[in-house]
Amino acid sequence: MSSALQQVFAHPVSLKDVQTHFCPGCQHGTIHRLVAEAMDHFGVQEKTIGVASVGCSVFLYGYFDIDVVEAPHGRAPAVATGVKRACPDKFVFTYQGDGDLAAIGTSEIIHAANRGEGMTVIFVNNTTYGMTGGQMAPTTLPSQKTSTSPYGRNVANDGYPIRMAELLAQLEGVTYSARVAVNTPKNVVQAGRVIKQAFETQIQGRGFSFVEVLSACPTNWGMDPLKANARIGEEMIPYFPLATFKDTSAA
Amino acid sequence: MPKVVIDELRCKGCGLCTTACPYGLIRMSDKLNRQGFLPAVISDEDQEKCVSCAMCARICPDVAITIFKKVNIA
Repeated sequence: MSSALQQVFAHPVSLKDVQTHFCPGCQHGTIHRLVAEAMDHFGVQEKTIGVASVGCSVFLYGYFDIDVVEAPHGRAPAVATGVKRACPDKFVFTYQGDGDLAAIGTSEIIHAANRGEGMTVIFVNNTTYGMTGGQMAPTTLPSQKTSTSPYGRNVANDGYPIRMAELLAQLEGVTYSARVAVNTPKNVVQAGRVIKQAFETQIQGRGFSFVEVLSACPTNWGMDPLKANARIGEEMIPYFPLATFKDTSAA
Repeated sequence: MPKVVIDELRCKGCGLCTTACPYGLIRMSDKLNRQGFLPAVISDEDQEKCVSCAMCARICPDVAITIFKKVNIA
C-alpha cells in the first residue's frame, strides 16, 4: 500500500488569483473567499452580477471573476434592485461596508429589505470607515477612539451603534438575516455555512437575505493584526452577538 | 511533497495562521519577501507533524495557503 497527496483546500474558482490591495490582517480577503466558495458551491459564477459599494470593498470587481456593477456610495441595494428586476434569472448580491450600508445607505438598505427584493446583501462590519481614514461610523462601539472621535465615541452625543442584522430581521420582507464573524477558524467555517444559506435563499427565490460579517481593520484601529483579530472576540461579539435572527424557511 | 504550501509572495505576514494552527507549526520568517513583509513559513519536519486540518488556510485573509492531505491508495 502506498500513499499520495490529495488537495483538500484550494483557491475558489470564482475568486481571481491576484494580489489584493487589502492591508495585512484585513479580513475582507477571508470574506471574499467565503463568498466565492458559496458561488462555486451553487455553480452560479456565470450568472452572478455583483454590486460593489464604496469603501475598501469597492475593488471587488478586480478580485471576483464575475460581472460587477459599481454603485454610488450607499446605493448598492437600489442598483441591485434594478439589476434583479431587469434580469430576474441572474444571481445578484451586494457587498457593502458599515460606513456605506449603515450610514449613507441606510434608506436604500431598509427599503430594499422591506420590499423583499430577491437579492443577497453581504455586510462587512468593522466599526469604522476603513478607506477614508478611520472615521467614526454608525457601528463604532461606545468609547472607541477613531479619527473623528479622538476621546472615544460618546453615546450621549453620538448615540449607540446600530445592530443592522437585528434591525432588518424585524422587516416582513426579509427572509434571512444573520450575523457571523471571521476571527477564528470555527467562526470562519460557520460564516461560510451562513453565506451559503443566504445564497440558497435567493437561488430558491424566497426573497431578501442579509449576512453581517464582523471583521477587523487593523490599520484604522491602530493595532497589529493579531490584536485586532482578538478585539473582535473581546469587544465586538459581546455587543454584536453572533446568531441567525431570522430564517423563515426554518419555520 | 509538503502538505502546507504557503505562497510566500502572496503572504502579507499578518500572522493569523500562527494562531489558527492547533499544533503551533507555523512561524513567521525572518527574511523579507518581495513585498517587504515577513511571510509565514513551516519547516520540513513540521510538515510531517501537520494533520492537514486546513485551519491556517481557512483563516488566511489572502488565500495564500493550499493544503494537501496524505491518503492511502491500495
